[in-house]
Amino acid sequence: MKENNNNSRVRTGTHFMLGNHAVVEGALAAGCDFFAGYPITPANEISEMMSQRMPEVGGAFLQGEDELCSIFAVTGASLAGAKAMTATASAGYNYMQEGIEYAISAEIPCVIVDVQRCRGENFATQADVMQMRWGAAGDHEMIVLAPSSVQELFDYSILAFNFAEIYRNPVIIMSETTIALMREKLVIPPIDEIKIVNRRKPPESKDNYLPFKADPDGVPAMPAFGDGYHILYSINPHDEAGSIQWDPDVFESMYDRITNKINNHRKSITLTQGYYLEDADIILIAYGSECRPALDAVLDARSRDKKVGLLKLGTVWPVPEEEIRNAAKQASKILAVEMNIGKYSNEIERIGGGYCEICRVTKNRGLIHTKKEILSAIEEIR
Amino acid sequence: MMTEKNPIRRYLRENSLPHFFCSGCGSAQVLNFFLQAADEIDLDSDNLVAIGGVGCTARIPVYLNSDALHGIHGRTLPWATGIKLHNPDLNVVIFSGDGDAASIGGNHLIHAARRNLEVTMIVVNNLTFAMTGGQVAPSTLVDLKTSTTPYGNPENPFDICQLASTAGATYVSRSTTQHPRQCINFIKKALHHKGFALVEIISQCPTYFGRKAINSGIPEEGIEWIEDNSVTVRESTKLSEEELKGKFVTGNFVNINRPVFQGSSYYFDKEFE
Repeated sequence: MKENNNNSRVRTGTHFMLGNHAVVEGALAAGCDFFAGYPITPANEISEMMSQRMPEVGGAFLQGEDELCSIFAVTGASLAGAKAMTATASAGYNYMQEGIEYAISAEIPCVIVDVQRCRGENFATQADVMQMRWGAAGDHEMIVLAPSSVQELFDYSILAFNFAEIYRNPVIIMSETTIALMREKLVIPPIDEIKIVNRRKPPESKDNYLPFKADPDGVPAMPAFGDGYHILYSINPHDEAGSIQWDPDVFESMYDRITNKINNHRKSITLTQGYYLEDADIILIAYGSECRPALDAVLDARSRDKKVGLLKLGTVWPVPEEEIRNAAKQASKILAVEMNIGKYSNEIERIGGGYCEICRVTKNRGLIHTKKEILSAIEEIR
Repeated sequence: MMTEKNPIRRYLRENSLPHFFCSGCGSAQVLNFFLQAADEIDLDSDNLVAIGGVGCTARIPVYLNSDALHGIHGRTLPWATGIKLHNPDLNVVIFSGDGDAASIGGNHLIHAARRNLEVTMIVVNNLTFAMTGGQVAPSTLVDLKTSTTPYGNPENPFDICQLASTAGATYVSRSTTQHPRQCINFIKKALHHKGFALVEIISQCPTYFGRKAINSGIPEEGIEWIEDNSVTVRESTKLSEEELKGKFVTGNFVNINRPVFQGSSYYFDKEFE
C-alpha cells in the first residue's frame, strides 16, 4: 500500500457516467484501496476501470483465477488493513458465498457488487434478491443496498464501505443490468462533503486483549495483521479471545452478537424514501431499478387524481419492516413491484399482510416493467 | 530447582493447547519442525501471518502465537494473495494438507506458483483426507485402499512438487517426517526465499491412512513405510521411470530467483515514481 493521493481519488464534478463506473468512483471516494475480480458480464466495466484507477490512488488490483480467489483475496486484504471490494454477476456471486460466509463469521469488512443477470444472459432481473440474504451458509444478518440510478450507485458505494467498516460485516451492492450499463448524470461532491467512516482500532495495550469482545455497539475494534495483536481468525465458534470452542454457550453468544450488531442498528441501516405517501390509498413498494417505472406510474396516476404513492426501498436487507408496516396500516392495498417470480413480495406479505391486501406485479422475462404495465396493475386492484 | 521454559514455546499460542492431533500424527511433528526453524532464525512473530485451510495440517496455525487465519478449505493462497498485495512486508506462511493444496485448492496452487507470490507453503502430504476419515486424495498412490477406494485407488496421483515446479514455483523441496533435520533446514530455506516457496513433507497418518492403506495403525510402521518408499534426488537419477513409480523423491528440486508478484504496482512504481 502506498500513499493515498486524494486528488485523483475523488473526481469532484458533474459527469455523464456509466453505472458500473459510478460504483468505482464511489468506492474510491470511500477509500477503497484493494480490488479483486474475475471477468463476468455485465460487471466487467467495474474491473476494467478499477485496474486503471487503483494504481493511480496507490491501491492494488488483482484479477483472480476465479471468483473464489477474488473474494478470499478481498477478505485477506481487508484483514491486512485494506478497504476491499469485488464485483461480479449472479453466476459469479454463487461462488462467492463461501467467502461471504467466512467474512460474516470472522467479521471482516468488505464490499461485494452483484450486477444481477438472468441465467447466463445479460437480461434485466432482480432474481438474486433472496440469494443476497440467504446465500451464505450459517445463520447471519446481511446488509444489502439496492440502488436505482447511476447517482445511487455512487452514493450507495460510499455507504456500503461505511456500513462494512462500522459493523464489520460484508455489505452487498445489489446492482442490476438496467442501471449498471446505463449512462446518466452523476454529481460527485467535493471531498470534504463526503462522509467516510473507518474501522475502529483497539487500544494500544495488548495486555488481556480480547479481539472479539464487542464495544457497546456490538462490534469489536479491529487491528490489521502485523499490528502485533496475534489474532486467530476462524470460522469455527470462537470466544472473545478468539479461541475455538466447542461449547453451545459460546456458539450461541457468538451468533447472537454477530446478528444483533445489525438487528440493533436497523434504523441507521435501512434507507427508504416515500413519494406521495401522505394521502395514498394504494402504495407501491419497489426496490432497485423497478423504482423508476413505479415512480413514473405514480406520477401518471397522480396527474389523474388517483391517490397512489410509492415506498422506495434503498436497503432491502435488513428489511425496512417499520416503513412497510406503516404503509400497510395506511393503505387499503399494497402493490409490490418486482422483476422476478415474486420473491421480496413474500417479505412484504409477511410484514403487511395482517393490515391490508398485498398485491403484486411481477415480471420475469429479462425486461424491466413499463409504466403502462404498472398502471394496468394499479387499475386491476383498484 | 528452577525450571526454564523451552524457548520454542514463545511461538506457541498457549491458550490453544493441548493440540488435537492423534498420537503419532505427522502434522504434530511438522508443527514441531516449524517451531524449531522459527527459533533458529529468530522469526518475528509480530510480522507473521500463519494460514491454514481445513484439515488436520490446517490446524497448525491455530497453535501458533501470531496473527492467524483458519477454516476455509483450499483458499489459503487467495487469502495470502490479498494480504501480500496490500502489505508486502508481512511474512505469510501457509500450512496445508494434500487435499487443501492439490485437490480443492489445486487451481490456486498453480496460479500462485505462476505469479511467484512471495509466501512459504508447507504441504504436509499424508496421502489421504485424514480429518474426514481417510478418503482417497489426489496424492494417494495407485492401488491403495482408502475409505472411498475399498477395492484400490484407480487414479494416478499428483506429484505436488512437480506440479508446483512446472507451474513456476521458485523454491521447491520435499522431505519426510523420517528426516526432521532436513525438514527444518528446508523450512528455514523457504522462509528466507524471495518468491513462492513450497516444502512438501510426506507424513504418516496412523489413524486412517495407516490402518486402511498399509494395514498398520502403528505410527513407527507408517514412518518405516514412508522411509522404504523414499529415495533421494541423487538416488533417483539411477532409477528407471518404472522403478520410480510409487516412490517419494526427497531433496531440493528448484531454487531460483525471479521477480515476485506485486500486482499492478509493478508498473506503477516504474511509471509514476
